[in-house]
Amino acid sequence: MPPTTEKTGTRGAPLRLGDRVFAGASTGAGVLILVILAGVAAFLVSEAWPAVTAPSEEIPGEDNIVLYIWPLLFGTLLSAFLALVIATPLAVAIALFISHYAPRSVATILGYVIDLLAAVPSIIYGLWGAQVLAPQTVDPTQWLEDNLGFIPLFDGPASATGRTMLTVTLVLAVMILPICTAVVREAFLQTPRLHEEASLALGATRWEMIRMSVLPFGRSAIVGGAMLGLGRALGETMAVAMVLSVSGDVTFDLISQANPSTIAANVALSFPESSGTEINVLIASGLVLFIVTLLVNMAARAVINRRRDFSGAN
Amino acid sequence: MATGLSTHVTARRRPRRTRTLPDLAPVVFGLARLQVSYGRHRAVRDVTMTVHEREITALIGPSGCGKSTVLRSLNRMNDLVPGARVSGRVTYRGHDLYGPGVDPIEVRRRIGMVFQRPTPFAKSIYDNVAYGPRAAAGRRGRLRKAELDDRVEEALTGAALWDEVKDKLKSSGLALSGGQQQRLCIARAIAVRPDVMLMDEPCSALDPVATAKIEDLMLRLRHEMTIVIVTHHMHQAARVSDRTAFFTADTDSEGERHGRLVEYDATEKIFNRPADRRTEDYISGRFG
Repeated sequence: MPPTTEKTGTRGAPLRLGDRVFAGASTGAGVLILVILAGVAAFLVSEAWPAVTAPSEEIPGEDNIVLYIWPLLFGTLLSAFLALVIATPLAVAIALFISHYAPRSVATILGYVIDLLAAVPSIIYGLWGAQVLAPQTVDPTQWLEDNLGFIPLFDGPASATGRTMLTVTLVLAVMILPICTAVVREAFLQTPRLHEEASLALGATRWEMIRMSVLPFGRSAIVGGAMLGLGRALGETMAVAMVLSVSGDVTFDLISQANPSTIAANVALSFPESSGTEINVLIASGLVLFIVTLLVNMAARAVINRRRDFSGAN
Repeated sequence: MATGLSTHVTARRRPRRTRTLPDLAPVVFGLARLQVSYGRHRAVRDVTMTVHEREITALIGPSGCGKSTVLRSLNRMNDLVPGARVSGRVTYRGHDLYGPGVDPIEVRRRIGMVFQRPTPFAKSIYDNVAYGPRAAAGRRGRLRKAELDDRVEEALTGAALWDEVKDKLKSSGLALSGGQQQRLCIARAIAVRPDVMLMDEPCSALDPVATAKIEDLMLRLRHEMTIVIVTHHMHQAARVSDRTAFFTADTDSEGERHGRLVEYDATEKIFNRPADRRTEDYISGRFG
């Protein structure tokens, strides 16, 4: 297209100034995202490289970078995954209540409250987790050890402070609940009315209607909301750093004093005292987190696309 | 115009049982001074009519005349609209539909419904049809697989869809054409073995070929169940229905529109010798 505003191009209508400005601005914004992402990736790779090539004595505490990052990655994945397991069913239930069960006035208020939860800074969740929730978990975790100790998750010995992986997952679950709920609720509210009526007209109860019409329609939103929540849980820093008692052990035991840290919390806690190669090591762990987050998002896309034929959204 | 239409009608109509005294057919629905309001707006008022067993009753009229509202009051679908209120009396086989202790879910199981646009669930063809029987059986113990297979085949055959889909029962209902989807929805409704089928402009989203198939299907289903159909297509009412109710919308002194029943009679009478001037104007195309 010629860069004049009123002249007709070789094919098509004249391109008006407003259209050109808008097209340019939106293209620019789209490109900017890619540039930023590429910039972040380039920074992480270039800064992480010295840690990979560094001699083993410069890696803090461990013989090589893999041994250093592995427990952190394990802790990150374990805490985020368990938070997701707790939060997703709860988010779906809340979203269903808001969209299909609650009277309209209650639903509106509840919606605001949920959104408000998302606005609470993570430092507050950290304080609450460490000061309020952790002491409360001491007795229940002792009970878990005594009665369900044969399950590796509750092997014990139960922590006397409550600053356990279990507490962290509970805090993370509360933190990701609002975003999951918001995404799922929007999808449920957009279920075509005709589809809901079609189920009810067949003599379905409200629950049967939800199972047949609402849940299939919201399936990709449930996956999407869960993945957004997972992304948040993977990267959550302050709440984990404040709550978790860290030893660096790789263990599935959720209720003991000895826990693996997470990548983000470890960076936050170690960075102020690091210098030289230690900083490169921390950035390398950040690169791993970056890659994991990318993989999680791509996996979520794949899941959503695979079910498109049956999604009902087309 | 009216006579021209009637020859067209008789030419298209299938031979049917002679019914010299159609009023002797048992009454399925009795409506007495039915009024439905949405919030403060009275959508339709003062409807009194009866629907008879194994007949096709058509509700026609211009848009906004309340014909869909009346249809939806017959299986309590209006319950789902916030602010909707039904007054007057609607009986189904002698029982007050809105009486205390009436379970709307049981009502809708007996009185099925097909909508304007096809609404297949995002499931396989089989699961779509099996949905109603499964839901009903779930409350009384499970259906055996073979039994369910039979019900699905019976319903798809009843909806004239079996031959087209018998080899792809596991593929998505959404992959069918519009007309097939609508017949799938009819099959889904038949599978519950309802006593009555309500159809809310079932052909409005379909092409003429698919429409003709649905109309043939209605004429066949009429031997097994009572059908009430809302249509904005007069020729369709004339082709398939036994009785026709003509609705129109009045504007009152405050500028609000209320639907009302103008005339209800045997279809041949409505289309050939309407008693009311407004009916004649409508069916002869002078209005609406």
